Amino acid sequence: MSLKAFHIVFVIFSTLLALGVGSWCIWVNLVEGAPVYLAGAVASFACALALVVYGVWFYRKMKRLRIIT
Amino acid sequence: MEIPYTISTRPDTGLWNAKIGIWLFLASEVMLFGGLFSAYVFLRLDAQPGEWPHGLLNVPVGTMNTAILIMSSVTVVLAWAALKMRRYRAYWWYMLATIMCGVIFLFVKLYYEWPQKFEHYGVFIKPSALEKYERYLGNTRRTEKGMEPRIEISGHLHNSEALKDANIKEYEIGLDPVYVEPNNPANDRPHFLYVPPTDHIAKIEKEDVERIDSFGPWHSAYFASYFTITGLHGAHVLAGVLVFIYMWLPVSKKLYQRNPEHLANRVEVSGLFWHFVDLVWIFVFPLFYLL
Repeated sequence: MSLKAFHIVFVIFSTLLALGVGSWCIWVNLVEGAPVYLAGAVASFACALALVVYGVWFYRKMKRLRIIT
Repeated sequence: MEIPYTISTRPDTGLWNAKIGIWLFLASEVMLFGGLFSAYVFLRLDAQPGEWPHGLLNVPVGTMNTAILIMSSVTVVLAWAALKMRRYRAYWWYMLATIMCGVIFLFVKLYYEWPQKFEHYGVFIKPSALEKYERYLGNTRRTEKGMEPRIEISGHLHNSEALKDANIKEYEIGLDPVYVEPNNPANDRPHFLYVPPTDHIAKIEKEDVERIDSFGPWHSAYFASYFTITGLHGAHVLAGVLVFIYMWLPVSKKLYQRNPEHLANRVEVSGLFWHFVDLVWIFVFPLFYLL
């Protein structure tokens, strides 16, 4: 597996982590009553979205540049 | 004699030497970390309900460190792409950014997260003296509710000289919030947010203490796992940073001028290692900090 492919796998796992952290923040707010963690949830979901956008951009760029190893 | 297949691929495998070497190495790493993760998961599953510690690690700091590592994976892949496009200057900056991310991660670990644990103490009370510290432990209520009694009082040790000086007869502990209000029903369940010790100081006589330990690897199975896995991971981050520094120094520019593809291949294998190390952290973070 090339670095390019491994990077895409890594971005997928990072996105899942960001979604998990966002869900955890919502759960903590419900259990502990810490509204500041709602902001954490929003930030985590925004990071997940940013990672998806980045992943697609990276894949297209690598394809366009024909950096295939 | 020149070593073959450092740049071109072997016709039978379709791979160059370092690529196959790094994947064999990463396979052994998967087994190493896999064993440790399995040990942690089984320790966790076998713990009595409600007994596994929570809220001892600082989630915002851990999240920041996670973001730094993810960012470093992006910069290392961009450094490699810059080399493939023969843009050495861009490579240099991306590699510097990767090194900085690794250094910041290690700095936070070694100068903030770990030292904090070594200043935090758990005092285990002798069974015969538990009643004396009932106001901190709240065991009467816990027993009535069928819960396990508390035997440990934890917090910041204010008179650390008491550990060595036999003439000092008691420990002064700045209590963790749970011991300030032990009978608060909210403290019956684990808390997932890190809250620093309070200014409420408890004086615990040495003769009532079974043992006193900082939150180091010797404290509990949780901290033994935490320090083993994060320590091993930290050693990998350090190794990666050292390799990147070598590839960032002028000595690598000479290789670039001689054969840019050779340097690109080196950056690719070290980037694969770095991605693996970051992927390990993607599992460490939720396991230790969140769950």
